[in-house]
Amino acid sequence: MTSRPKQIHLAAHFPGVNNTTVWMDPRSGSQIDFSSFEHLARTAERGLFDFFFLAEGLRLREHNGRIHDLDVVGRPESITVLNALAAVTERLGLAATVNATFNEPYELARRFASLDHLSGGRAAWNVVTSSDAFTGENFRRGGFLDRADRYTRAAEFVAAARELWDSWTPDGTPRPFAHTGRHFTIDGEFGVPRSPQGHPVVIQAGDSDEGREFAASTADIIFTRHGSLEAGRAFYADVKRRLARYGRAPEELKIMPGVTLVLGDTPADAREKAAEIRRQQVSPQTAILTLEQIWGVDLSGHDPDGPLPDIDPDPESQLAQGRVRHGDPLAVAAKWRALSEEKGLSIRQTVIEATGRQSFIGTPEAVAAELAEFVAADAADGFILVPHLTPGGLDDFVDRVVPLLQERGVFRTAYTGPTLRDHLGLTDPGERG
Amino acid sequence: MAVPTGTLHLAAAIDAIDGDGQYQAPYYVELARLAEDGALDFITLDDSLGPPGPGRGRLDALAVLARVAPATGRIGLVPTVTTTHTEPFHVSSSVATLDWVSRGRAGWRVEVSTTEAEARLVGRRPAAPAGELWAEAGEVADVVARLWDSWEDDAEIRDTATGRFVDRDKLHYVDFEGAHFTVRGPAIVPRPPQGHPVLAVAATDPVTWQTAARHADVVYIRATSPEEAGRVRDELRRRAVAHGREPGALTVLAAVAVDLADGEGAPGSSPAMGDAPVPLTDTPGGPPLYHGGPVELAELITGWHTADAVDGFHITPVDPRHDLERFVNGSVALLQHRGLFRTFYPGATLRDHLGLSRPANRYAPEREAAR
Repeated sequence: MTSRPKQIHLAAHFPGVNNTTVWMDPRSGSQIDFSSFEHLARTAERGLFDFFFLAEGLRLREHNGRIHDLDVVGRPESITVLNALAAVTERLGLAATVNATFNEPYELARRFASLDHLSGGRAAWNVVTSSDAFTGENFRRGGFLDRADRYTRAAEFVAAARELWDSWTPDGTPRPFAHTGRHFTIDGEFGVPRSPQGHPVVIQAGDSDEGREFAASTADIIFTRHGSLEAGRAFYADVKRRLARYGRAPEELKIMPGVTLVLGDTPADAREKAAEIRRQQVSPQTAILTLEQIWGVDLSGHDPDGPLPDIDPDPESQLAQGRVRHGDPLAVAAKWRALSEEKGLSIRQTVIEATGRQSFIGTPEAVAAELAEFVAADAADGFILVPHLTPGGLDDFVDRVVPLLQERGVFRTAYTGPTLRDHLGLTDPGERG
Repeated sequence: MAVPTGTLHLAAAIDAIDGDGQYQAPYYVELARLAEDGALDFITLDDSLGPPGPGRGRLDALAVLARVAPATGRIGLVPTVTTTHTEPFHVSSSVATLDWVSRGRAGWRVEVSTTEAEARLVGRRPAAPAGELWAEAGEVADVVARLWDSWEDDAEIRDTATGRFVDRDKLHYVDFEGAHFTVRGPAIVPRPPQGHPVLAVAATDPVTWQTAARHADVVYIRATSPEEAGRVRDELRRRAVAHGREPGALTVLAAVAVDLADGEGAPGSSPAMGDAPVPLTDTPGGPPLYHGGPVELAELITGWHTADAVDGFHITPVDPRHDLERFVNGSVALLQHRGLFRTFYPGATLRDHLGLSRPANRYAPEREAAR
């Protein structure tokens, strides 16, 4: 008897509010209209993907005290979009990113349980945290949470949500709940019966030590950064090792890096397309702005086709608000200067070179082989694809790569069950009552 | 006989009764399509933060109607949304998104959470008196509309030459300061298709009247006679005018629970009523109850509308599958036959159905003036 090769899990990320998404391309459609979401979700379902993933924004990003205007700005609210997508898809998992800092367990548990019911067991929640006062200005509670408490609140939030989801018996009788903790003291009766999956699938995004530990303790999927095969294997081994501490088996947490892909008819064609996409992603204005995010000072006087600034970054700068930091600014600046000098690159060329080259570039055959290798080598359990175009950015992959993965025997040829847990091979969380 | 001056508006609740598939989408889709077959203005779905009663459950109403949206084409979708233990910013985003996924058919019925039990589910603030919470609901309605205006309709420019996706001069901070909360803005969701999704208030209790008169597009009122309904509508319109609004800005619907009886529902067949008009029974805690046949209900609607007492009706079928079907195929069909109610939707959005124009953006003139 031959054993079945390790299977790949696939998810699709709606092109987001960041400079991966190319809006200048003539093929780029609406980022807001439901038809764009419907096209991408239907394409993902045609490709038998595990789930469709939406990110979240709670405050428009700012740069130098003004709203950042060079990337896509604005998006509809995720859970509501996913409830609508449940009407136009049948099997595809539906994952929403929702912040644990600016919500409360009762209401959010209720919203995810409702999505799980209305989609017949396809809901997933990507738990993110934030603590910044900048985002807090849009909320009653303000920027109330210390950075150090982000994960303790998130962990208690998820635990409380699970208590609520477990509070109804499977035969439909609600039992009172009471949760007392450092962040939440709540009690009463949950208003939604146990949903088809019992608990919606929980996703954790982030690679920090705290994030890994949080994922190992309670998540079903970790949405991580993509890197080299070796880095992927090290991350994979580290995270899977942590599971035993929580009495969990390695297969109970799926590791899915976010990846970008460029397909071409030949390797040269793919490389050319990839370079063109990078130029679209990093406009001259975006190049200067990216540099300003590192340097922390106004560089609008610099020529994007000229050399890097000779001044040092201001590490204390508050220039960029509402976005993830690039790491230590002085170190990044030194690295970029070295790169620029070594290859003789302008500001724009340096930014293109130093930020976000696509993860996989090649012919469908080559990309399929690389994806399969990553999973076979235990550098991942699957991938969250991040297309650069709305709404057609997934079409090529589904038409040209999915059949090759199926031929290799590493990807499903049909959905085997109705729920997202079925697609992921996760067991029912059971009843803890 | 006076000729009715306004268009007749009809809306129906599709709240489930227990054990009727109320935790699955098909139940709601079926009822929504039925209401749409009757060309009703909108359907509503009630909600509360906690369970509807001990041992009972319900799904999030806005979620259900988002699920219904792609399965319907024209009918307005009005879920109840609570404002007491929720974040105004999230409320604004969710209702705007319902408007996007339904292509301009969203509304929301504002409701407050007054009970100690609800306060304990969330654990952030104690219970408060209804008057205070309705005043706060007014602030929420205000900031939500400001957030919808915080994007001008043409803010997205996609200007390749300058690399700009939006014109940030057309995005606005709302800087709202209420008695209980502040919101900075702008919204995350661009201005919804209707500009402002329709705001409804069940103004069956006078504690809601001030907020309803100031912020609502649609109100449901409690009355058991056309005379009483006319008095309440006059009072609400007087208050709306005091807030600087046009009296016609409020669409006033009589709330009626409808039990369309057994039997064939032919004229005169309603139990114990003979040929006399079927009166509404005052029921504490809910809308007045109509118990009779669909034809007599059409007579009642015609009578109230002809007397110009209300702009229409919001009916709550006691058993939706049974009573909504008889309402649409009996009462509504008769009203259509008499030319009193539309037979198709001439417009695409809920504001179109209600005869409401798309509101101007409050921030655009300031920007124009500053140029």
